[in-house]
Amino acid sequence: MLRANNLLVRRGNRTVLANIDIELRPGEVLGVLGPNGAGKSTLLGALCGELATSEGRVSLDERPLADWPGQERAKRLAVLPQSSSLNFAFSVNEVVGMGRLPHASGRVRDTEIVAEALKTADALHLAGRSYLALSGGERQRVHLARVLAQLWPGAEGQTLLLDEPTSMLDPLHQHTILQAVRDFAERGAAVLVILHDLNLAARYCDQLLLLQQGLPHAYGPPAEVLTTEALAAVYGLEVLIQQHPERGHPLIIAR
Amino acid sequence: MTAIFRPRPTLIFLLLLLVLVFWLSLALGPVSLPPGDTLLAGMRLLGLPLEGGDTQQAELILGQIRLPRSLLGIAVGSVLALSGVAMQGLFRNPLADPGLVGVSGGAALGAAIAIVGGSLLGGLPPAIEPYLLSVSAFAGGLIVTALVYRFGRRNGQTDVATLLLAGVAMTAMAGAGVGLFTYLADDATLRTLTFWNLGSLNGASYPRLWPLLIVTVGVALWLPRRAAALNAMLLGESEARHLGFDIERIKLELVLCTALGVGAAVAAAGLIGFIGLVVPHLMRLLVGPDHRVLLPASLLAGASLLLLADLAARLLLAPAELPIGIVTALIGAPFFLYLLVRGRS
Repeated sequence: MLRANNLLVRRGNRTVLANIDIELRPGEVLGVLGPNGAGKSTLLGALCGELATSEGRVSLDERPLADWPGQERAKRLAVLPQSSSLNFAFSVNEVVGMGRLPHASGRVRDTEIVAEALKTADALHLAGRSYLALSGGERQRVHLARVLAQLWPGAEGQTLLLDEPTSMLDPLHQHTILQAVRDFAERGAAVLVILHDLNLAARYCDQLLLLQQGLPHAYGPPAEVLTTEALAAVYGLEVLIQQHPERGHPLIIAR
Repeated sequence: MTAIFRPRPTLIFLLLLLVLVFWLSLALGPVSLPPGDTLLAGMRLLGLPLEGGDTQQAELILGQIRLPRSLLGIAVGSVLALSGVAMQGLFRNPLADPGLVGVSGGAALGAAIAIVGGSLLGGLPPAIEPYLLSVSAFAGGLIVTALVYRFGRRNGQTDVATLLLAGVAMTAMAGAGVGLFTYLADDATLRTLTFWNLGSLNGASYPRLWPLLIVTVGVALWLPRRAAALNAMLLGESEARHLGFDIERIKLELVLCTALGVGAAVAAAGLIGFIGLVVPHLMRLLVGPDHRVLLPASLLAGASLLLLADLAARLLLAPAELPIGIVTALIGAPFFLYLLVRGRS
């Protein structure tokens, strides 16, 4: 389990993230929301050890994150960055196969896992293509398949951190991909996902963390976090909140 | 498809090509040896007691001149190509050159100090002169690369963008140093310096060959162990870290392999351009970017290409000899331009 206590991140003299106490619980999807520059990606960077924290600590299974040997950590913690700069003509299969590098599960099993992960990300039809020939949304799905393959099949004790995994996807894939992430979490992994779309967050997340200028404004189930007052305070956005007629989760409509 | 050819047949083809080119490079030269004699003499040099014609002359030419020269060509070509793969992986840029971290510039400065400094001191004893030149070039490459690496370090991490810029700056400074020594040199020394800068396998001898051969074998054994890490690094440094690789260590190893490899190659044969840039690029087109195949393919192709360039250097104006750097640049530069133009369209 990934846990952050009293996290504080400074950049120069500026505090960019503070008072963060979160715990990524098995089987749960935690959504992180907030305006541009609220500290969402900084939080993700601090949680995966990419950014040094000024105070507080991040621990994976009760052990400080920095103490984990790289390979062991990689079997438990996978990270999908916002964008990728891969500029070499690997095939899609090879890109997803890199998710298996920390493992020694053998070529046969790895090939199966790559296919399953690609199927989950609805990208199996791209398998033999060159990565460079793909569209932005297709590349995003391939990288999601890569991090899924890294933790495949997904079990308790594993953590997946996703930075805006739907930013380049069409409306259908925004839903299918987040549903796939939900299904993945249901097998036991803990998931943290940064999102911009409030309705997607309301529908697919168990818990939400709403950030404002580096501080947590609200942390809890979607129905408690997504209130007209909170959204007006954090985004300066006037909204109506209704219930989804079929599913019951909050539905946010801009006024 | 990402690769034009399947990896294994391509590697076998490249190996056979290298064997053929190696044999040509032994058989051809100012004194043409009949193919049969080359084979027979080669076998006898290996200690096989074969019956047959008189190959004493062939044995002498092979053993003392062509064999060390061809082996030197194989070592220089393969280590330059491997270093090119390492640098293109480090900078995640298919157009990176092994000289980027300052090793070639530093080695050139080291050589200039040895050549010109030696003559200013009134000439060195002929017995130690060639060794001093090699040692000085090798040391120059290592020192400048170490400085560049030092400039690239910040907060315990190596920033490759800073590394690149520091490499450019240090290469320029080393170039100024070479310029200064060129200015100080007299006519005879100037000629030595200029020819050294153009590179040559001429005058290859076993004492010059062994150090390079050891470094080359070391680099050729070490880099493939890092093939998976090199693949992951192409995704991005943080992605590779999230896949469990110790990226700072890998970066140091890549810079070290390049400094040792290119430094030793330049020390043994002078500045030979474009092999390190063009060979990995060409191999990536043939077998794809997977370093598990790319590294051995580049090793084999680099060795073949350098031997071919040396054959051209020896035969085009025979009995006179062109510096090999001219030949590799003549082949390499137009090819590089072709890649640039092709990449843009």
